[in-house]
Amino acid sequence: MSGLTRRQFIKIGAATAGAAAAGSGLVTRWWGLDDDPVHNPGTDGDRVVPTFCELCFWKCGVLAHVRDGRVTKITGNPAHPLSRGRLCPRGTGGTGLLYDPDRLKKPLMRRDKRGGEQVFEEVSWNEALDFTAQHLIGLKDKYGPEALALYSHGYGGSWFKHLMQAYGSKNIAAPSYAQCRGPREVAFQLTFGASLGSPEVLDLENSRVITLIGSHLGENMHNTQVQDFASAIDKGAQLIVVDPRFSTAAGKARYWLPIKPGTDIALLLAWMHVLINEGLYDREYVEKYAIGFDALREHVKDKTPEWAYTHTTIAPDVIVETARVMAGGRPASLVHPGRHVVWYGDDTQRSRAIAILNALLGSYARKGGIFVPSQLKLPKFPYKAYEHHPKAPPDTPKGSSYPLADETLAHGLCMATIPGTANYDIKGWLVYGTNLLMALPQPEEVKRAIQALDFMAVVDVLPAEITGWADVVLPEATYLERCDEIDNPPWKVPFAAVRQPVVEPMYDSKPGWWIAREIAQRLGLSDFFPWKDSLEYAIHRVHEAGYDCEQLRTTGVVLGKAKPTTIEDGLEPVFATPSGKIELFSQRIADAGFDPIPCFTPPEEPPSGQFRLLFGRAPTHTFARTTNNRMLGEIMSENELWVNATVVAELGLQHGEKVVAINQDGVRSQPIRLKATQRIRTDCVYMVHGFGHDAKGLTFARNRGADDARLVTRVKVDPLMGGTGMNVNFVRVEKA
Amino acid sequence: MSNSIQRFAMVVDTRLCVACKACVLACKAENAVPDGYARDWLIEEVRGQFPHLAAENRSERCNHCSRPPCVASCPTGASHLAQGGAVLVTHGKCTGCKACIASCPYDARYPHPAGYVDKCTFCLHRVEAGKLPACVEVCPTSCLHFGDLSNQDSDVSRLLRSRQGKVLHPETGCRPNVYFLA
Repeated sequence: MSGLTRRQFIKIGAATAGAAAAGSGLVTRWWGLDDDPVHNPGTDGDRVVPTFCELCFWKCGVLAHVRDGRVTKITGNPAHPLSRGRLCPRGTGGTGLLYDPDRLKKPLMRRDKRGGEQVFEEVSWNEALDFTAQHLIGLKDKYGPEALALYSHGYGGSWFKHLMQAYGSKNIAAPSYAQCRGPREVAFQLTFGASLGSPEVLDLENSRVITLIGSHLGENMHNTQVQDFASAIDKGAQLIVVDPRFSTAAGKARYWLPIKPGTDIALLLAWMHVLINEGLYDREYVEKYAIGFDALREHVKDKTPEWAYTHTTIAPDVIVETARVMAGGRPASLVHPGRHVVWYGDDTQRSRAIAILNALLGSYARKGGIFVPSQLKLPKFPYKAYEHHPKAPPDTPKGSSYPLADETLAHGLCMATIPGTANYDIKGWLVYGTNLLMALPQPEEVKRAIQALDFMAVVDVLPAEITGWADVVLPEATYLERCDEIDNPPWKVPFAAVRQPVVEPMYDSKPGWWIAREIAQRLGLSDFFPWKDSLEYAIHRVHEAGYDCEQLRTTGVVLGKAKPTTIEDGLEPVFATPSGKIELFSQRIADAGFDPIPCFTPPEEPPSGQFRLLFGRAPTHTFARTTNNRMLGEIMSENELWVNATVVAELGLQHGEKVVAINQDGVRSQPIRLKATQRIRTDCVYMVHGFGHDAKGLTFARNRGADDARLVTRVKVDPLMGGTGMNVNFVRVEKA
Repeated sequence: MSNSIQRFAMVVDTRLCVACKACVLACKAENAVPDGYARDWLIEEVRGQFPHLAAENRSERCNHCSRPPCVASCPTGASHLAQGGAVLVTHGKCTGCKACIASCPYDARYPHPAGYVDKCTFCLHRVEAGKLPACVEVCPTSCLHFGDLSNQDSDVSRLLRSRQGKVLHPETGCRPNVYFLA
């Protein structure tokens, strides 16, 4: 529409209306020729505030339109490198969180009523904070500061992480590691000396071949990544999609490989076999940058496509052909590392196989592959140094360890709460923005741990299930009502973005920075929080780094200087591995007692009449966090159980009817609508994660769909880093 | 820029669309569409038998037909052809009789609780201000294109020249102006 000015437009428009009406034989309708002004819905803001999103953890820049004090709409910020003016459905529906009528409105404290019943009572902030501080002091005196654990997911959590370290504990964990990305980060660190982080450092937009291993881009709706994925398809990139389910991405693929769940390593090894056997790998790159090639060649010698076929059910000629296509696109041929990768307990090794395959394709530090990011460095806001040197986290069972873990395990800290099981007991929990009863597997175990606690405080926006177990609930303001830490992730262009309050906090909610500081003051830790407010803190850091804070406030973002990100740009890659090279063979893994090159072990088969339970994401929701959002709920209000249509007929069930899934331990799901579909194998079923809330306070989400987490009564723990493989449960399906 | 009469059109690249429905939410927010209604929607069509499957995702809306049955069937003249051939409803003239809803082959209209019939406007209020429709602006895959078919250099003209496009229900003779690229 460029080139249209308003004046010119009206002139042409008036002529069009008349001419078109004449052409359609409508001249007799005199009113049709009336000057009909175009109705303006009036949703443009009288103020537009740039900030960044919190509906997921990608942190896209948004513009919040405010009209008469109310946020009318949220659009993508064109200046922000992660949104480039575009947004996913969740970010667009952010006002549904702000105006959720179910929001936590006042601090709540657990009280005993006569007859043993416990209830929440609304209290003042002073009372809630005094109570919290009193318990934290009590915990420290009785057990030492390490008895306190923090679970944190979300950007406002930084204030509480800081509070924890000032208090003297580094028992800080998020389900985003051992229940999500952890194995991938460990594997890429071991192979290339760098993990992929979030946003993942993938140059998808320039890829010529993209291979997805169970990664369902488009349903997994990380804005920048989906933009780049679509841009690659538009430029003719070929897709190879490996997934037991015909995902949205599979619908765009040249090759869909409906693999038998749990056998990906066999396929990956066979691809390596073909690349090496046919001499299709990037020999020059491997010779220059990698070690362990001879061992790898030896290792995959007998991993033929025919061998892989018997495990994966993918035909040998398809394996060969896809390997050739993959090699044809190199080095702009990316085997996507995925994001949620805790599936079968062999996840670090599978991620290692993906990393090695990328190395053979020469895609690391290459255009269209994995890029090397740079980060805008910001000085710290000066505060007192932490005094206490805390004991190591008790996040593994007594006497055991996960030698290659590089972050604290959330599930482990949870289990350490059950007395006597770990090196020392956790006695108090602070929970920031994570609904552990749906974010961790084995919710019954989580409840058992909670029963052993002396104290639990929850900071949240909504009355999620976890709040019902707290001693004190502290209602946080939403991301649109607060300022958090500056976001400056490693990326192609280094940048810093500000989250600034768009409107005043509603009800009696308070921003996280304020809650953390108030607790700190009551603990005598004021020196660690010397800022007036979070905005002063955030702006100070950017100012001290020498960037224009006025620009930061008005456009939401400041950009640093771009550096070369690929070898094609002139980058000389550095590999922070022990050998200083890409490690196809990993001595570190061997020293830890595991396979230095990934091996394949066949997975357990589902018993007859049962199906492997798989779960994933929908573009409209972020786990269980958004399912109460009315705007998003209108688009998708419940999940469905995907079952192969042939299987549905054999079971005598009907598409659309309510069924239950019952797992190997007899645990029943809530009733869920059956989706009879051609889009999935016959040996597994699938549902979108995040539904099936039972918290009374979530009046929209409650009793809609089913919760997969409660069916995950078993996990297979990754022996390398403690990730909890969750796709190891089997269910049968019955009429509800 | 051509001097001929403008013909606004939308082109949806189904190859890129991931059916995320950001377009639906952006439209609802931009146009203050009431709860329970939408001016645009997603169709996810999957054909074939496992494992030989094909999928097409379509972001659909009013087709702003060049021969619009809704305009012909409107007894009050509320439904009319406006700038660029966009089909609009003048709220004040609409009695909510729903004749247009019955006549639309695309089921693109809904009765607004305020008493008039509502539908996609191609966001003409934005287009007048030199902006793109809200659905086009938000789309993370850039699969939606809006422009003037009378201008040979526009995005939409170029795409329809270079790629195979189709319209929905061509048999109705309505001459729809929303095209889908396969």
